[in-house]
Formats: sequence, C-alpha cells, structure tokens
Amino acid sequence: MSGGDFVRSMPLGQGLVRNQPIYRIHIDLWLLLALGLVVSFGLIMLYSAVDKNPVLFTAQLLRVGAGFAILFIIAHVPPRYYFRWSPFLYAIVLLMLVAVLFVGVTAKGSQRWLNLPGLPRFQPSEMMKVAVPLMVAWFLNDRPLPPRLRHLAWALLMILVPAVLVGLQPDLGTAILIITAGLGVIFLSGIYWRWLGYASLAVALSLPALWFVMQGYQKERVLTLFDPERDPLGAGWNIIQSKTAIGSGGLYGKGLFAGTQSHLEFLPESHTDFIIAVIGEELGFFGIAALLLLYLCVIVRCLYMSSQMQDTFGRLVIGGLTLTFFVYLFVNIAMVIGLLPVVGVPLPLISYGGTSVITLLASFGIIMSIYTHRRR
Amino acid sequence: MFWRHFTLVGCFSIGMLLLAGRVLYLHITQTEFLKRQGDVRSMSVESIPVHRGIIYDRNHEPLAVSTPVYSFWLDPTRTHLSQEEIKDIANLLPNVSVSGLTNKLVNSKSKYVLIRKYLTPFVVAQIKALDIRGLSFDRAYKRYYPAGETVAHVIGMTGNNSGMEGVELQFENTLKGLEGSKRVLKDRLGQTVKVLEHIKRPRSGNDVVLSVDLRLQFFAYRELKSAVDQSGAESGSLVMLDVESGRVLALVNQPSYNPNDRSRFEYSNVRNRTITDVYEPGSTVKPLAMVAALTSGKFDVNSKIDTSPGHLRIGTKLIPDPSNYGVLSVGQVLAKSSQVGISKIALKLDDRAVYDVYSRVGFGQQTGIELPGERSGSLTDRNIRSPLVRATLAYGYGLTVTPLQLAQAYLTLANGGIRKSVSILQSDQVIQGTRVFDETAVLNVTRMLREVATEKGTAPQARVAGYDIAGKTGTARMLNKSGGGYDDTRHVTFFAGMAPAVDPKIVVVVIVSDPHSKTVGGGSVAAPIFSRVVARALRILSVSPPVEAA
Repeated sequence: MSGGDFVRSMPLGQGLVRNQPIYRIHIDLWLLLALGLVVSFGLIMLYSAVDKNPVLFTAQLLRVGAGFAILFIIAHVPPRYYFRWSPFLYAIVLLMLVAVLFVGVTAKGSQRWLNLPGLPRFQPSEMMKVAVPLMVAWFLNDRPLPPRLRHLAWALLMILVPAVLVGLQPDLGTAILIITAGLGVIFLSGIYWRWLGYASLAVALSLPALWFVMQGYQKERVLTLFDPERDPLGAGWNIIQSKTAIGSGGLYGKGLFAGTQSHLEFLPESHTDFIIAVIGEELGFFGIAALLLLYLCVIVRCLYMSSQMQDTFGRLVIGGLTLTFFVYLFVNIAMVIGLLPVVGVPLPLISYGGTSVITLLASFGIIMSIYTHRRR
Repeated sequence: MFWRHFTLVGCFSIGMLLLAGRVLYLHITQTEFLKRQGDVRSMSVESIPVHRGIIYDRNHEPLAVSTPVYSFWLDPTRTHLSQEEIKDIANLLPNVSVSGLTNKLVNSKSKYVLIRKYLTPFVVAQIKALDIRGLSFDRAYKRYYPAGETVAHVIGMTGNNSGMEGVELQFENTLKGLEGSKRVLKDRLGQTVKVLEHIKRPRSGNDVVLSVDLRLQFFAYRELKSAVDQSGAESGSLVMLDVESGRVLALVNQPSYNPNDRSRFEYSNVRNRTITDVYEPGSTVKPLAMVAALTSGKFDVNSKIDTSPGHLRIGTKLIPDPSNYGVLSVGQVLAKSSQVGISKIALKLDDRAVYDVYSRVGFGQQTGIELPGERSGSLTDRNIRSPLVRATLAYGYGLTVTPLQLAQAYLTLANGGIRKSVSILQSDQVIQGTRVFDETAVLNVTRMLREVATEKGTAPQARVAGYDIAGKTGTARMLNKSGGGYDDTRHVTFFAGMAPAVDPKIVVVVIVSDPHSKTVGGGSVAAPIFSRVVARALRILSVSPPVEAA
C-alpha cells in the first residue's frame, strides 16, 4: 500500500540509478572505517580472550568476514526494497519467534535458537532487532507527524508483541533491545515532548510492578547487582570476577595477553558477554575509553547520516538502528561493570558469536544503503 | 527536528561518560582492593619441599635417603572424569581398582580426594601422559632406609618428614634443611600455571656421616638375631666400639623393626635398648673392682685369696660360689668369676674404692652419645659403709648400667685406663681422653681377662680363632616383673670384652635378656655371639693376628 508513497516521496529513487554511473559504490567510507577499527580492536581482544585458540579465533574471523560481505551486498540494495519488504520481514520473523517457542533449540536454559534445514542455527530474536525499527519506520512513514495517539498505539503494539515473545524465551536482554529500537524510532518521529514526559513517568512508576512479573533468576540478578557478595560463588560470581578483572587492570592495564583473571578461567564467559572485562584488565581504563570513543565515532556518524535524510523512513530507520546499537553496548558494558543487572547481551561487534555480529553488520549495511541512495 | 538528533548524541555521550566514569571509579578508588582480590583468587604461596640430608655409614654407604614421591589428588567437584579416564588412571596406579577409584570419586563430597600417596616419578609421568585436566600432584620426599632393620635403632625414622627416633631425631636440624617458598599463579582448577617469584630459596638438608660400619652392623645384627631366636630370649643388644677413637662401630638390638614398613609397627621394638634399658651388670664389672684392688696398693697380681668354704656370710646374707674354689690367685678370681673372692677383696679396700672406679668409668652418668633417649643408669654411694653394699657392688649388683655404659667402661680398660667419650659420628678428630686409672693396674687386669676365654675360664666359647681376646662373662638375675626381689628363673647374660687382647682394637658388649636355653650363663649364650662377631670384625677391620699365634 505504501510502497508507492515512498517512491513518491523519493522521486530521485529511480532517477538515482539512471543518472549515476552504474559502478557507483554504495559504501560510506567514514562509517566503514569506524566499524573496521572497532572490529579490528575486537578481534585482537578476542584473540586474547580465547587464549589464542586458533579454532575459535578463525571461526570468529570468518563470521566477521561474512558479516562485512553481507554489509557490502545489503548496502547496494536500493532502500526502496527494504521499505517494500519491511512488513513481510517483520511478519516472517514474528512467525519464526512463535516457532522458536514451540520447536526452538534450548541452550543454557533458554529457548532461542531455530534449526531450519539448510541454514545454520540462528536466533530469530536477533533479526527482530532490525525488523522492528524497519517496521515501525515503515508504519510511521506516511502517517502525519508528529504521530497521533492511535498511530502510536499501533506502533507500540508492533514493538511489544515481538518483545514479549522474546521475553518468553526468556531473553530479557534482546527484548529490551527490541523495545529500545522501536522507541528510538518513535522518538525520532517527533513525538510530543509532553507525551514523552508522561510515558517516562508511567514507566518509572510501573518499574516496581515489574519486580512481580520477573522470573526468579531475574530477581536474583537484580539483587546481585546491588550486593554481589550475597552469593559470591553463585549468582554474584561473574559480576565480582569481572569487576575484579577490570579493577585490577588499573589505568594502563596489565598488557595485552597478560591478564590473569580472564586467562586463568576465573572469569567465565570471558570471550562472549564479559569480554569488556578482558579489555579492562589487559588494556586498563584507557583501553576501555578508546573503545568507547570508537563506538561513539560509529554512533555520531550514523546519527549525522540520519539527520541528513530528507525522508521519514530513512531517518527513522537509521536513528532506530543506531539507538539499538548504542543500547546494545551500553547494556553490555553497564552489566559487566556492575551498573545494570546481568542480561545476556553481547558486546556489539566484539563478543564471540555469529548471529549478533552478522545482524549488526547487516543493519549497518541498511544504514549505508539508505544514506548513499539518498536524494541530494 | 534536527535537535532530536542532538538530543540523542547528548544522551549517548552522557551514557558513554557514565560508563567511562564507572570504569574509572573501579580503577582508581578500588584498584588496590580489587587488585588484591584478583591476586587472592589467583596467587598463592606454596612451599618447596627440600631434600632431607642423607645419612651415611663410615664408608659412605647410604643408610637413609630421601626419594621424590608424589601424592596424587583431585577435586571431584571440579574435575569430572569419564568412565574411560577413570579406567586409564586406575590401570596405571598400583593397588587401585576401577570400581574402588569410582567409588572414591563419586562418594566424596570433599574438594580434596587423595587417590594415592607415594607415587614414583615414573608412574606420575605415565599418568600425566594421559593428558587429563584437573589432576594434581604434590611433590614430597619419602625417606627410604636401604639397610632396613639392621641399622634401624641407630638411624631411627621420620614421620611427616621430621625425625622421630634415633639419628633422624637427634640431627633433625642438620638433616631437614630449609623449606623454600614460592608465589605461584593458579587457575580456577587449582593448577599451578606459573611460578611468579621465589620468596625463599630452599636449602637442602646436610648429610650426616656416622661412625658405624654397615658391614659390621650387618654381621652383628645377623648373629644377635639368630642367637636371640634360637635361645628364645626376650631381647638382646650388642655394642661395638672402636678402641682408639671411642666411636661406635656397630650398635644393634633385638627385636628390631623395618623402618620402611610401618604396617607391623610395635613401639617396644623401636626402643634402642643399648641406651634406654638398664641392667644390673653382674660379674662383668668385676674387672673394674679388680682395678680398684690393684691400684689400692693392698693387692698385687700375686695376691692370693682364700675363697673356702665356697660361701661368705655378711650379716644375714649368704654370698655363694658355685663350688668351693679354695685358694685362688686374683687372676683366677676373675677367670672363675668367684663371688666370694671379689667380695673379700672389696671388703679389704677403702669404703669408696670400688664406687670411685665405677664412677670414673662413667656409671651413673650419660655417655653423651648423640642419640636421643639415653638413660644414665644408677650408681649411688648411699650406705657405702655397709659391707654388704660394698660386696654386692663389687660383683655387679646394686647398680644399673646401660649396655653402652658397660662398653664405655671396657673401652677405658682397653685404652689402658684412659677414658674416652663415645660418639656415633664419624670424624677424623683425634680424641685425647683423660687418664682415670694407673696403666699398669689396667694392663694387669686385661691380662687376667685373657684367662676367661680359655678352658680354665668361664667362657671358652668366646675364643676367636687366630686371636687372643680378653673379656668377662656375666649373669644377673632379672628383677621380678611383679615387683619384689629377683626372679630366679629369668636372667640377663652378658659378655663384655676386647680384641685382640694385646693392643685391642675393638670393644664389644653382648647382652641377651632372658634366654630359655638350659645353661643360662653368659659363657654359653652371649660369648658365642661375641666370638662370631669379633672374628668377622677383626677380618673386616684388617687387624692382623699376633705373630706368635700364627
């Protein structure tokens, strides 16, 4: 229905292909450079975190390579296709999420993976992080802005349904990311500040109520946040260990490959969710600060790209994906340094694991596609 | 709506600063605390076991050595072995079955399950070759005694790597060395990953060289054991001293024990009877009484003693001889071991004469040998004015001595009246000693003692082919076990002597306690042991036979 509207709002969309030389490369070099730095930094740290294990390292190297290849391909697909396919993508991933609840593969106590014949095992919830901002942006694209209340209600529904499905797996971390991705889109759509204030107030007031719907282990994690020593060998172990590792690094760290906590297996999950602790231990405060700076470069560049967009869909999608990226890294680092309860969120582009890094690079591919195909 | 992006950039930047601030907070305010926490988790101080010193005999034969052994343990709460791995491990371990090992691991809730102690480095290398993670080996040293029970009473033994008995206990500080310590990095499974620093360098224990000769020790042990076994005796001891240096050449006891095998361990067997048990020496001290007589000026070698009618009454006490020997020379008094003769001599001497001689050879005082648990025996001058006390003292009752003290007394005789201290340590230092008796008197007494080991004396069995020996038998009744007087059926038999008779090289004292053979005199039980041991010893020590005997 709205595909045509989108094309109308982007008249140069077709013209672009016609007027530009056919060999135009749709890559944003600044963003690619920033991403490359983050990923290189991550690979070096991962090499240390997996204790120079060649098998694990090569596997991750291949995934990163695959991720960039996908980014490259996706960046060259004109954004009108994403616009057109957004609802279908959303619907398909939603169906897969439902499927996960029934036939998903269980690992580490939650049912997140889907084993489809002919495809590697993957987590549909990761794809939802991209599908939701696309869907919400698609939905708001030809609505009057700032959005009306009922449109907002629809948008919220589009966000909450997949979020709840993911939360049921249970995977609180990804659910939060999905929600923030959607909310980011709504925020950038120009929602009234007044409404934003009301919503924030409502959320703040309902936070205590959240306590009663949380699972036992989730409550445990919240309690652990405030007092890790209450169960130092159980729930508190990871957080104490990671804080210990980071703290023992000092300003300059113990040197690359010289961390004791991470290498002596005191720090579990050191190459996945807790890899920032390895960075903190080995490269110290300045290592973490440098990484944060690199992340900020990526984010600022993306936001700049978003601000340059003239059409609603492009602006919202880039903004939403960027916000997801930020929340991603914020939640991960905050949980490792003991600011947030432990939720299973990897450090974006750095933690060991396939789905996350490929989805992220794919989303940057979408961002580049939207930006480089824009009307000037 | 441009500013919404700035808002986001602002929010993100604040978020980043929040993260960085928190990290900085952890670093700066908590660095010391967390660093220590980190170290506590991964570092620990371990001791470095050291090699305990070796104990050698005079020819540098090892008598006690430490060999590296390993304790094999693991933590079943962290290390989970597959059935296959358990099988592999059990096959390599001596006396460990697969089911036994499985039970040990499954049923234990402890974090420390000791699977096997005292593994040799060879077995440990085999287990390590299996490449199973989470197995721990603690290195230690196990004491091993190559000579086993032959030298057991001299060497003693160790427990928990520290001396418990004998030389091991006496020279603990010399032997043990200084344990070192090191700071090590451990992983979560408790495996040592890296040695960070040596806090204290270990210093190995020093060796101890003893004066005993393993060969002599071995023959002495063999002869004593067979004699004790054959006679059904309760116990036996033998001490052999080197005359010139006063050092112990052999020191054995029966019953003994095997320090390598503590499974059949009885504490009574561990006692070093040569220094811990005291006996009334009986006739073996008569030569000393004779020294007192000859130095008094009241008797000389030609003096005659009338021992008829074969007994002597002092007060109500009757001192008997086996038969009426009639008039005896002083030499015959010793050769026949006449109680009446020696008593009559003692009664004619000054009150304290015999006591003084005993005192000067060291009775009633510890010899000072470097072994723990030595007793001093008893010698008292109380009631010395009583004729009965003086007479009984002269024939060896009313005082107690250890076998080593008796040997030291004969050492003084063998050195012509020069008393030397006894020692178990090998040393080239020349021991001067102190003269305590007139040399002529002592030489006369030793000449008399040659008569003992002849057909005319009490112990022809003590003879040694090719050599003259000088010695004295002794038989003392043992005190009643239930207390109250003597037990007429139980005796201690002695033979104390020196060889060769002229210019003696060795002094040997043999004591057999409560033998059950028909004739219980020192001549029939202890003298043959003396003869056989001395014969061997003289050959081993390359003592040439006197020319006239050849």
